[in-house]
Amino acid sequence: MLHSSGERPPYPRNLDTVKHATETPDVEQPWSELGLKQDEYERIREILGRRPTGAELAMYSVMWSEHCSYKSSKVHLKQFGEKAPENDAMLVGIGENAGVVDVGQGYAVTFKVESHNHPSYIEPYQGAATGVGGIVRDILAMGARPVAVMDPLRFGAADHPDTKRVLPGVVAGIGGYGNCLGLPNIGGEVVFDDCYQGNPLVNALCVGVMKHEDIHLAKASGTGNKVILYGARTGGDGIGGVSVLASETFESTGPAKRPAVQVGDPFQEKLLIECTLEIFKENLVAGIQDLGGAGLSCATSELASAGSGGMRVELDTVPLRDATLSPEEILMSESQERMCAIVEPDKVDRFLEICEKWDVIATVIGEVTEGDRLEIFWHGEQIVDVPPRSVAHEGPTYHRPYERPSWQDALQADDANKLPRPASGAELKEQVLKLVASPNQASKSWITDQYDRFVQGNTVLAQPEDSGMIRIDADTNLGVAVATDGNGRYAKLDPYAGAQLALAEAYRNVATTGAKPLAVSDCLNFGSPEDPAVMWQFAEATRGLADACQTLGTPVTGGNVSLYNQTGETAIHPTPVVAVLGVIDDVTRRTPVAFKEEGQLLYLLGDTKEEFGGSAWSQVIHGHLGGLPPAVDLERERLLAEILISASRDGMIDAAHDLSDGGLIQAVVESCLRGGTGARLVVPDGLDAFTFLFSESAGRAVVAVPRSEELRFTDMCGARGLPVTRIGVVDGAESDSNAVVDVQGEFVLSLAELRTAHEETIPALLV
Amino acid sequence: MARVVVDVMLKPEILDPQGQAVQRALPRLGFEGISDVRQGKRFELEVDGPLDEAALARIHEMAETFLANTVIEDFVVKVEEAEAVKVES
Amino acid sequence: MTARIGVVTFPGTLDDRDTQRAVRLAGAEAVPLWHRDKDLKQVDAVVLPGGFSYGDYLRAGAISRFSPLMETVIDQAKAGLPVLGICNGFQVLTESHLLPGAMLRNNHLHFICRDQKLRVESDRTAWTADYTAGQEISIPLKNIDGRYVADERTLDMLEAEGRVAFRYLARGEAADGYGNPNGSLRDIAGITNEAGNVVGLMPHPEHAVEPGIGTGRTDGLGFFTSILKKLVNV
Repeated sequence: MLHSSGERPPYPRNLDTVKHATETPDVEQPWSELGLKQDEYERIREILGRRPTGAELAMYSVMWSEHCSYKSSKVHLKQFGEKAPENDAMLVGIGENAGVVDVGQGYAVTFKVESHNHPSYIEPYQGAATGVGGIVRDILAMGARPVAVMDPLRFGAADHPDTKRVLPGVVAGIGGYGNCLGLPNIGGEVVFDDCYQGNPLVNALCVGVMKHEDIHLAKASGTGNKVILYGARTGGDGIGGVSVLASETFESTGPAKRPAVQVGDPFQEKLLIECTLEIFKENLVAGIQDLGGAGLSCATSELASAGSGGMRVELDTVPLRDATLSPEEILMSESQERMCAIVEPDKVDRFLEICEKWDVIATVIGEVTEGDRLEIFWHGEQIVDVPPRSVAHEGPTYHRPYERPSWQDALQADDANKLPRPASGAELKEQVLKLVASPNQASKSWITDQYDRFVQGNTVLAQPEDSGMIRIDADTNLGVAVATDGNGRYAKLDPYAGAQLALAEAYRNVATTGAKPLAVSDCLNFGSPEDPAVMWQFAEATRGLADACQTLGTPVTGGNVSLYNQTGETAIHPTPVVAVLGVIDDVTRRTPVAFKEEGQLLYLLGDTKEEFGGSAWSQVIHGHLGGLPPAVDLERERLLAEILISASRDGMIDAAHDLSDGGLIQAVVESCLRGGTGARLVVPDGLDAFTFLFSESAGRAVVAVPRSEELRFTDMCGARGLPVTRIGVVDGAESDSNAVVDVQGEFVLSLAELRTAHEETIPALLV
Repeated sequence: MARVVVDVMLKPEILDPQGQAVQRALPRLGFEGISDVRQGKRFELEVDGPLDEAALARIHEMAETFLANTVIEDFVVKVEEAEAVKVES
Repeated sequence: MTARIGVVTFPGTLDDRDTQRAVRLAGAEAVPLWHRDKDLKQVDAVVLPGGFSYGDYLRAGAISRFSPLMETVIDQAKAGLPVLGICNGFQVLTESHLLPGAMLRNNHLHFICRDQKLRVESDRTAWTADYTAGQEISIPLKNIDGRYVADERTLDMLEAEGRVAFRYLARGEAADGYGNPNGSLRDIAGITNEAGNVVGLMPHPEHAVEPGIGTGRTDGLGFFTSILKKLVNV
């Protein structure tokens, strides 16, 4: 062993080849350290008819992990397929990188929401940044140009010191990466709750647009086709657990230290996007897959598994950032900004030429073979020989025990409707101010102003509108709208209803802007699946969401599950985040939230009941969580959406805002502030002022109707059976300093006072 | 008064996109023979009072908890001689 | 024949397609230019669009400035070719020394995206003839390295020679787009060279050219109609 200091052999000396594994069946392997269970390890041996090599063990361990295999969740997730409503718009369903929906005029739209929770807690900037990068590559891999992003975010208490660490980093990371890619950030959420302390939820959504004929799938077919890895060099990023193997295969010199944190390079990703789109344009790929979790292990096994043949890869041809990486580590590496394409031999030159044009490194690392094996070689020696389906698609399935937790009854019995209510107009006024200034209800513009919402020149609506809206064809004005919603408080009280309420709100938000809801993507954030109570929440939420998607006719097209969001025994609130995508034929018909025209009439659509369980009011005023969430009425949601879409298309309304957390008063205040106007409200007959202002009954929206359209609009609602109540009028302009929100007989608040309360909270907490 | 310099560099195993972009640009500008570039930060601290062990320990703590993000960065604390400072400026 | 306006794409440029659209909406022909080419394809004017060329690594605009295309642009700009640098393009122009000064990180250290109020200070440049001096416009601003700095002597010279082309409107409510958004010296949002053919600014006129899109205003269209009229009248 005569290595001078710092010098290492070019590759591990004790290479664990297939031959070696066959000859040494009894070698002890670190399957447990890699997170495999005994029976899983046994099954791998059974599949292979021998012990796995180190490289094979690494591949199986990561591909059979919860993160990649969905082993705890898939028995529940399959309902999304089984209960999927008939929907002609679906072009590509669950199972691909992202679902694809037909939006007309030959256009297809793909979208997906994903989590990057844990990495964002460890290193907020890079965790959030690489979360954006990952979802953008998923969308790109479908053949689409990414056109917008959104970020549903959840943090611990707004005034907790760790939130001050995590939130600014996450926001800067999302901005730093997304802004640099040139993707408008058009929506999302920011929610604070103690339950996310130590377990922030950083979900990221991306929308992409393509023509039908441009849809690409992740499959490797055509014997002799080349496998090309392109993008960033491979480093030792995100391979934590596999270092167990590395330390066994390396001599005493040892590998270089492996980073726990992946660093994103948005510039590289931007080049990857433009380069890939040019490659698509010239029709140069037969299959494509992005490299995300589990890196090359995942990309090669998924491509081979979905295709018709096998695949042979020369792993030592992979361009490295760190020459000390072992083959196991190269297979595991989660280095960012990489893609893997299957290319016909006569198209390889042109493919490489385009990569060179964009300064993107591209390397032929293998080819599609006859037969059905995934074979990987290292300097000529075979280290992997597996059936790819067994790695990628036939991982273990768990039927984890679940049980309704013992505390659920007591939680639901602790009725929020019995909490003390404001007794006077003065007290109402004080509570309104408190609510609109509370961190969850306050303006998030300090955060969203750090995101570019104008780039690409197609943004029609962006936060704080009800949904983000993007024009996708400048000649016809065709557009799409996306909204994401989730309410962990509701879901904690009743996970089945909570998931449905999340869907209902996102669906309503899309319709409020005038777009027709078409399809769903979801990010299911829960605690540990090993806790039967959490598993019950998960089972209930997925059942609720699948049932509601069936009723509303909006299929789940894909998404992501994030489990183990908990500290010790304490799990986060079950938090299904639901994204709804809708289409609008003419974006000039979109309905904004702003009340702009004095004299317009305000109408409340839907029924208002005494529903305060899980409400913002119960949280802000009483620090309370108990009772039942608002009742779900999906037929009502559908009717409300139809009315809002018709009214937008026929020009009957000038503004609309959905009612959700914070109730009617929150919506009216937001619409007034957005438009710089005041409003006079009258409490309708049959309702008390408190319920009128703060109830969170679902299936409601407030609209501003020009007087000339009043009859036509109310007639339409009447004819179709939607309750419609006149509640006031837009009155007073901020520019004349005479704008107030006046709830007749109860209180008057100046717009200036409301603006200060609403807009100064977040900067004061975070700057 | 003494000057203490804290150099903060990304850990060697962490990707440095900035350094890479600079390195890739060098050959185009005619600067050959540079195989790697890594970009870091330099903090120059003017310290009041004597620079004893306790003061250095405090600076070390400051670097560890504040100037560097030790999840991804390493740092080095160096004391600069007064003369050296003059020569540099 | 209408005017041909080149729009440059560097690696990491973001607003090239938006700028091409704005050029077309104004009635000119948009000609894509690639950073590696030396040839300007006989365009009559050039726009360096916004974005993060080379990721803004090293310094914003510092690496792009050395592209083959910029060598030609620098030569021809000195000979009178109209050049507009928007945001990252402005940064490339200062790195190229076609315009004085430099852009530093915003004083609040954050990226800021908002509808920004500006005053057009000079209508004598190739890109501002369709405005009147003193006119107030509102166009999107979106950057993290947007704080314009130069030494006092340079600032005085710019003022004396009427080369401050745009200023942030400092007074008024921030919510309405007023205020100096980044600590730029003397509220400078954009400047011109002596001849008035080279103009750079941080806010984005190309994102304010269509009603109903972005901010919904069209205050930025004048940049592109100004240059078109100038070129066609020649």
